[in-house]
Amino acid sequence: MAVKVVDRSPLNFWEKTYMPQVLGGLKITLDNMLRPKVTLQYPEERPTIPDNYRGVPTLVRDPNGREKCVSCQLCEFVCPPKAIRITPGDIDDSDENAHVEKRPKDFEINMLRCIYCGMCQEVCPEEAIFLQDIYSVSGYSREELVYHKAKLYELGGTLPDQHYKWDRKKEAEEKVAAGGHH
Amino acid sequence: MADSETNLVTINIDGNEHSVPNGMNLVDACESVGVEIPHYCYHPKLSVAGNCRMCLVEMGMPMRDRATGEPVLDDDGVQKIGWMPKPAIACASKTMPGLHLKTKSDLTKECREGVMEFLLVNHPLDCPICDQAGECRLQEFATDYGRGFSRYVEEKNVKPKRTKLGPRVTLDDERCILCSRCVRFCDEIDENPVLGFTERGSYNTLTCFPGTQLDSNYSLNTVDLCPVGALTSTDFRFKMRVWFLKPTPSICTESSAGVNTEVWSREGVIYRITPRRNDLVNDTWMADTGRALYHQVEAENRMKSFRVDGNRASIGEATQRVRELMSVGPVAYVGSGQMSVEEQWMLRKLAEVEPGAVHFVYHQGEGDDRLISKDKTPNLRGGLLTGLLKTLPETHLHALRDQLEKGEVKTIVCFGEDLVKAGIGPDLLKKANIIYLGSHRNDTTDIARVLIPTLTVFERSGSFVNQQFRLQKFAQCVPGPAGLLPTTALLARIISEIKGDAYTAPSNPMLWREMGLAIEQFAGVEFAKIPATGLELDSSAFAQLPFVEEKGWHYEPAAEPAGAESSAH
Amino acid sequence: MDSLLLDIVIKVIFALLFVAVIMSLAAYSVLGERKVASWIQGRVGPNRTALPGISAIPVLGPQLVKLGIWQPLADGVKFLFKEDPLPGHVNKLYYCLAPCIALVPALTTMVVLPVGQYMDGDVVKPIILANVDIGILFILAFGSLGVYGIVIGGWAANSKYPYFGGIRSSAQMISYELAMGMSILPVLIWANGPNSGLAGLSLFNIVESQQGMWLGVWMPIPAFIFLVSLYAETNRLPFDMPESETELVGGFHTEYGSFKFGLFFVGEYAHMVIGSAVFTILFLGGWNFLPDFGIESLHWLSDPWALMPNWLGGPLSVIYFIGKTLFFVFLFMWVRWTLPRFRYDQVMTLGWKYLVPGALICVVAYAIIIGLWDIAFAIDQTPAIVE
Repeated sequence: MAVKVVDRSPLNFWEKTYMPQVLGGLKITLDNMLRPKVTLQYPEERPTIPDNYRGVPTLVRDPNGREKCVSCQLCEFVCPPKAIRITPGDIDDSDENAHVEKRPKDFEINMLRCIYCGMCQEVCPEEAIFLQDIYSVSGYSREELVYHKAKLYELGGTLPDQHYKWDRKKEAEEKVAAGGHH
Repeated sequence: MADSETNLVTINIDGNEHSVPNGMNLVDACESVGVEIPHYCYHPKLSVAGNCRMCLVEMGMPMRDRATGEPVLDDDGVQKIGWMPKPAIACASKTMPGLHLKTKSDLTKECREGVMEFLLVNHPLDCPICDQAGECRLQEFATDYGRGFSRYVEEKNVKPKRTKLGPRVTLDDERCILCSRCVRFCDEIDENPVLGFTERGSYNTLTCFPGTQLDSNYSLNTVDLCPVGALTSTDFRFKMRVWFLKPTPSICTESSAGVNTEVWSREGVIYRITPRRNDLVNDTWMADTGRALYHQVEAENRMKSFRVDGNRASIGEATQRVRELMSVGPVAYVGSGQMSVEEQWMLRKLAEVEPGAVHFVYHQGEGDDRLISKDKTPNLRGGLLTGLLKTLPETHLHALRDQLEKGEVKTIVCFGEDLVKAGIGPDLLKKANIIYLGSHRNDTTDIARVLIPTLTVFERSGSFVNQQFRLQKFAQCVPGPAGLLPTTALLARIISEIKGDAYTAPSNPMLWREMGLAIEQFAGVEFAKIPATGLELDSSAFAQLPFVEEKGWHYEPAAEPAGAESSAH
Repeated sequence: MDSLLLDIVIKVIFALLFVAVIMSLAAYSVLGERKVASWIQGRVGPNRTALPGISAIPVLGPQLVKLGIWQPLADGVKFLFKEDPLPGHVNKLYYCLAPCIALVPALTTMVVLPVGQYMDGDVVKPIILANVDIGILFILAFGSLGVYGIVIGGWAANSKYPYFGGIRSSAQMISYELAMGMSILPVLIWANGPNSGLAGLSLFNIVESQQGMWLGVWMPIPAFIFLVSLYAETNRLPFDMPESETELVGGFHTEYGSFKFGLFFVGEYAHMVIGSAVFTILFLGGWNFLPDFGIESLHWLSDPWALMPNWLGGPLSVIYFIGKTLFFVFLFMWVRWTLPRFRYDQVMTLGWKYLVPGALICVVAYAIIIGLWDIAFAIDQTPAIVE
């Protein structure tokens, strides 16, 4: 490591009184006072949320309205504060999404526990959970802040899908069913 | 094969010399020295099929001159190794002296990558919804030995996704990698050949033969066998991911066979029971009926509170009432083969403090000559060993009934036995003071004066002695309902209540130190050191007793001439 | 009798007016403090409190809200209606007495404080409650009583941090009292020197004597010493040893809350306002408009109020005086949000080793200078006022 020699020459009389420093400080604060304010007047003004912002984790549907979560519980497993709790369930054969076989019976995220780390989003193999732009969470009780499946889907809405993995699977099945053996 | 156990040979795996039994299967031999050879179709308890090709390794033998038989040496004076030009499957090979293996060579790796790629060509991307995920060999080997990416761009095969093969087994055919383990199990172990492959090539499909279904009581073993998620248990399907589940070693209480199990639980809730390998008891199998036993933990009629004369009471009030009732008149005890050895020992201590005859009920039922014996309690032999029983009990409590009728018994302390079912009418029972310790309600609990709830086998730890006189430990899998104590502690409380001295909860190791001193067969047994596979006890003292158990997979009735090998297959 | 009664009534009304002005100045200093702090820190400060009705006035209402005009009202109401806890371990009498003792001296000193002037015929008279001729002594005496509030509060709270705060405060007050007193001596020598007659220690006279030149300009060192000592006396940063949140939690008022804390708080700001006023009088020419450099023809520059009718000149002089005072109140805040707190030993070093000797040297030096001035330019002039 290079040695940096710091100038330690003795202070002159004027410097010893500290007045230049005091006056310099006063000038800095005065300048600051005249500068425009940086405060964001929160309820009226809202910050612009960047695309990669990690807000409240939400569940999303694909453009066809299918709930994307298949309750693989990887997010529950990876969640560092154990905020997620999933009750898995199967999809009834009469359901139009029967080919997906599995979906959460209930999906709870405890917003009081969530640390917004985004690991659930990262780990999700179905791209079903996203930390979107919601940053203001409030409630009157602890129970209220445990978000259940309906609330999570309401918050999440619909996001574009790049794969349509399950739709393509259904198509293949239908094609086989129509074409005989394969 | 018996002599192969003692004959050790030296084989060379990846340049390291290892001593393994001669003639052992190579996959097992490598596993025994800590070298993994990935495999799907091979199973130590099934015949070798050799169809998955995952266990391909390079093999070679020390080179000898064909003409003279002299070793061929290289320039350094070391014997040359004659490597086979092509890799061979380890599962179909046995150890032999001087065998050389390359399990990490480039060729081996390439073979595995190739096999993995072919297996994954038509394997669906189901892992998020697949119950096998987390314990899937295909996942594991794809991570460890696979290529890491896919070159396949065509459409994957479409096969039936939700075939019900039987009442308890669901098949997802797309996931099947055609290892045929399930087919061989049904064929060789279950001797109920209902499964088979139809069609050819990529149409190859696992199905039941026409008119049959996989309804054997051992069908769920196919689910355990399946290396992928093709065969799934309908009961466990979509219930919980296996990575959340904690396995705890336990013993099946279905019958006196004492099948070794693993109980999988998460946060105090049991999700499934699977067999635990014990080659001396149950190999790697267990019956479907035994897997359903965990439902008793959350059963409707579970007792969760202490009751005195029908009212909720504290444990102190209950034990006080027990003392009062026991001092009323002659006491009789009804023990049970469901009690662990430790609990039976504590019962013996209670019977010494407050003397009374100890009765048992011999629960006999259908056996299947395999892993379900005719004795439906797991620990009747514990009663014999602890001295509670001198001889085998009757199937009904007629002796006790007669005593009741004569008024010779005033108080009955009953341990989980339904006295009404055991042949004592409710009207007669009402004449006696019943103290009932049990986990579930039944006809007798309606009559009992004091109800003391106990823990199920999943909520306590202890040991059972099975039909082979094999002492086997079971561990606590889940916590019991709040406020409930193990039966050993309950009995200790009752004893100290009667004696009027200070109560200390006994621990199993403590009880085993007492038993080791008092009981000849238990001499030298330490609870902590009972091996996972159990400890065979000296049964010579009971050789003459006419036990009802018939021949099973690992059991020979002592009364019959012991000629055949204990293993039936 | 009538005129005496009228006199008393007028005095009482006047006194009440004084109290009202000083107290609201103190209250709004709190707002000022918060605003200045926010501005220096790039924030906006209190801008939410709205008074129903007035805030609904278009343009003006929202503007007032934005300035936080109603914040002191809300704060006051909050202090009044909060639960007033009385900790179990305190000495209850002194605990309750301390906040009053802290506030009363600050309000008492204003009695002798001239705030402006008016013409009584041709004679210039001060607007003052009691024009005593020992004004400056009165202020020094009563101002330093404020420390009792802090010391008693710290002691009565019966817990270690307040106690530390009280001890520190007393030591600090004694140290700076000395320098403060001596730094005024040159002013008094001047006021009773060349240009004046029999004025004594009257503050009005001191103001009048500064028509030629504000004393702060040609006595910068005494002015500086007085200002520094004033900061120390009022417990303002960088000398807020008794409070010193980072070391002593809250110092002397750690155990106080609600209205009692409010009294301490207002007392501190009242002290600050009075202190600024005193500084203005001593060193900044009081309500004198601008220095006239002793030139007779420029006299209107220093005392324009005398040329106006009383109803205009009087209030204007007061307003001008208050303006000067408020600048120093602002300086207090500006310094507070700029300089970090001194270490305690540094406070003592500064007080005893620099300010006291400095003030002594100033006394001697200015005595000689003024003496020489007196001899050289001793002009037999009529004093500006004749009592």
